[in-house]
Amino acid sequence: MDKFTTLTGIAAPMALVNIDTDMIIPKQFLKTIKRSGLGVNLFDEMRYDRQGNEIADFVLNKPQYRETEILVAGENFGCGSSREHAPWAIKDFGIRCVIAPSYADIFYNNCFKNGILPIVLPQEQVDVLMKDAEKGSNARMTVDLEAQTVTSSDGEVFSFEVDSFKKHCLMNGLDDIGLTMEKVSAIDTFEAKASAERPWI
Amino acid sequence: MSSPKTLYDKIWDAHVAHEAEDGTCLLYIDRHLVHEVTSPQAFEGLRMAGRPVRAPDKTIAVPDHNVPTTAGRDDPKNMTEDSAIQVAALDKNAKEFGIHYYPVSDVRQGIVHIVGPEQGWTLPGMTVVCGDSHTATHGAFGALAHGIGTSEVEHVLATQTLIQKKSKNMKVEITGKLRPGVTAKDITLSVIGETGTAGGTGYVIEYCGEAIRDLSMEGRMTVCNMAIEGGARAGLIAPDEKTYDYCMGRPHAPKGAAWEAAKAYWETLFTDEGAHFDKVITLKGEDIAPVVTWGTSPEDVLPITAKVPAASDFEGGKVEAAQRSLDYMGLEPGTPLSEIEIDTVFIGSCTNGRIEDLRAAAAILKGKKVKDGMRAMVVPGSGLVRAQAEEEGLADIFKEAGFEWRLAGCSMCLAMNPDQLAEGERCASTSNRNFEGRQGYKGRTHLVSPGMAAAAAVTGKLTDVREMM
Repeated sequence: MDKFTTLTGIAAPMALVNIDTDMIIPKQFLKTIKRSGLGVNLFDEMRYDRQGNEIADFVLNKPQYRETEILVAGENFGCGSSREHAPWAIKDFGIRCVIAPSYADIFYNNCFKNGILPIVLPQEQVDVLMKDAEKGSNARMTVDLEAQTVTSSDGEVFSFEVDSFKKHCLMNGLDDIGLTMEKVSAIDTFEAKASAERPWI
Repeated sequence: MSSPKTLYDKIWDAHVAHEAEDGTCLLYIDRHLVHEVTSPQAFEGLRMAGRPVRAPDKTIAVPDHNVPTTAGRDDPKNMTEDSAIQVAALDKNAKEFGIHYYPVSDVRQGIVHIVGPEQGWTLPGMTVVCGDSHTATHGAFGALAHGIGTSEVEHVLATQTLIQKKSKNMKVEITGKLRPGVTAKDITLSVIGETGTAGGTGYVIEYCGEAIRDLSMEGRMTVCNMAIEGGARAGLIAPDEKTYDYCMGRPHAPKGAAWEAAKAYWETLFTDEGAHFDKVITLKGEDIAPVVTWGTSPEDVLPITAKVPAASDFEGGKVEAAQRSLDYMGLEPGTPLSEIEIDTVFIGSCTNGRIEDLRAAAAILKGKKVKDGMRAMVVPGSGLVRAQAEEEGLADIFKEAGFEWRLAGCSMCLAMNPDQLAEGERCASTSNRNFEGRQGYKGRTHLVSPGMAAAAAVTGKLTDVREMM
């Protein structure tokens, strides 16, 4: 997995609440057996018309947001399906960080498995960063995972919380399966005990 | 004496294989359900790393999301190329890794969340995961069940565990009796209407109360199925005699002495008196009406007797979202919901594709016809549900009324197969999500119970099922 330490980049504002995974990557793009190549279809039905032409006023189609690396979004971002295609599409587009007041649980976990940092901040602080993001390419935010801070283009600093284990994995680009394999004896022991106690399983 | 525990606490504690100092746990997984859309990259990951599936006996695969629901589908030529590739990949992966598998040609094939309980894979007290958010369905058995992403699918395949931190406990109590015409679907939608789609985020919900106890196992599955739409990691209902009756004799349920031992354990699976819940929601059963969604989020729910709201009825970020929903849905504020004309009816999905759902719809349709010009389809949740419905004469009722009688799969719930709404079409649907584009590009979805869907098929508009009972 790609490491995440610090990131300075353009942030795009998407204030809409409840942006769901069908919006992030519609189901017709789930028929792939690969993880890559989904960025072009990120937010497909908001981004293109039926003929495949770009919809000019969609934020990521505007010239100043084409190189977006940070998304500032409304509450409950990523609700809906468990499709990991959603973070795959976000990452493939080039976005490595999302900032929102809240996320759906599965989407939130999926981000960390793909080197994307989902930051939770209170609504008032997201509102400030949303305004900052509206300045377009003149406004570059900086995210520092080690320090757990977001710095707006004006230099205002916001601190965020993140689970220490998730942070450790993201900063070091660690593979979850490899880490769990180190604890295989604990799994073996548990499995033996559970199958004695609950043999019907 | 140890402190009182919730049902969730008990199942969680029984599955922690390892706990780190910061509380990060390896949770052991008893059943891993797999389908064709969220698994190919996970199996490919195993292959690249040279890893086997750790517990193939606990891993069950079935294609459901992509498969056509029309005759001749076991010939890949009758699928779109990309769907056929995903189904073929699942075929190959199931054989290569030696996991249980129900191919398209098997009568037991169906929606993964209907097949699991039907075959007795899902049992009380288990941990169940699947790369699908509606895994919450299995919580109806008092099993801790939730959806996971593809990276986690690979993690479970490789290690039979999931890296987890414990969620908080939330109780949703539905007291008293439901009124006639009110169903499990109306309960679960009404709860989401109350809490919002993020109200359950960070929680595992235990549903309880007389109205939940009164539900059949199938109704309980409908309630738990949509726990995810309320944002919760999982929904749970404590097992009881109805649960045991449902499980007994299923192909993969324990038998004989093993059954007795299992049942003795299952009888310990309830929330202790005085156990702590971090959040409690209580609804009165008699206050719940048959409901319908008007917008593009499952929280946009109102009784069928209500009117389309205005964006100005809401606050904060919801104002913009409500306006966007109204525009997308093509609805005028103030319009009675029961005057909204529809052109499509879909009965099926892991929410409402079981035999009792088909019975409820058929009871409304018997002797009636689908309104002229409408498209109406029934997609049974599994091949066995379909066979039973044919045996009971329900299929004839649907066909005589003018419904298409399809083969099992997810179908128009998410429209990954050819069953889709065209632009601007409006559907009364028994599925679980009314998101933009969910049932087809620019398609419009109103979520309802099976009886309400059947009533809408007859009148051609959203209809209060109580007028047809």
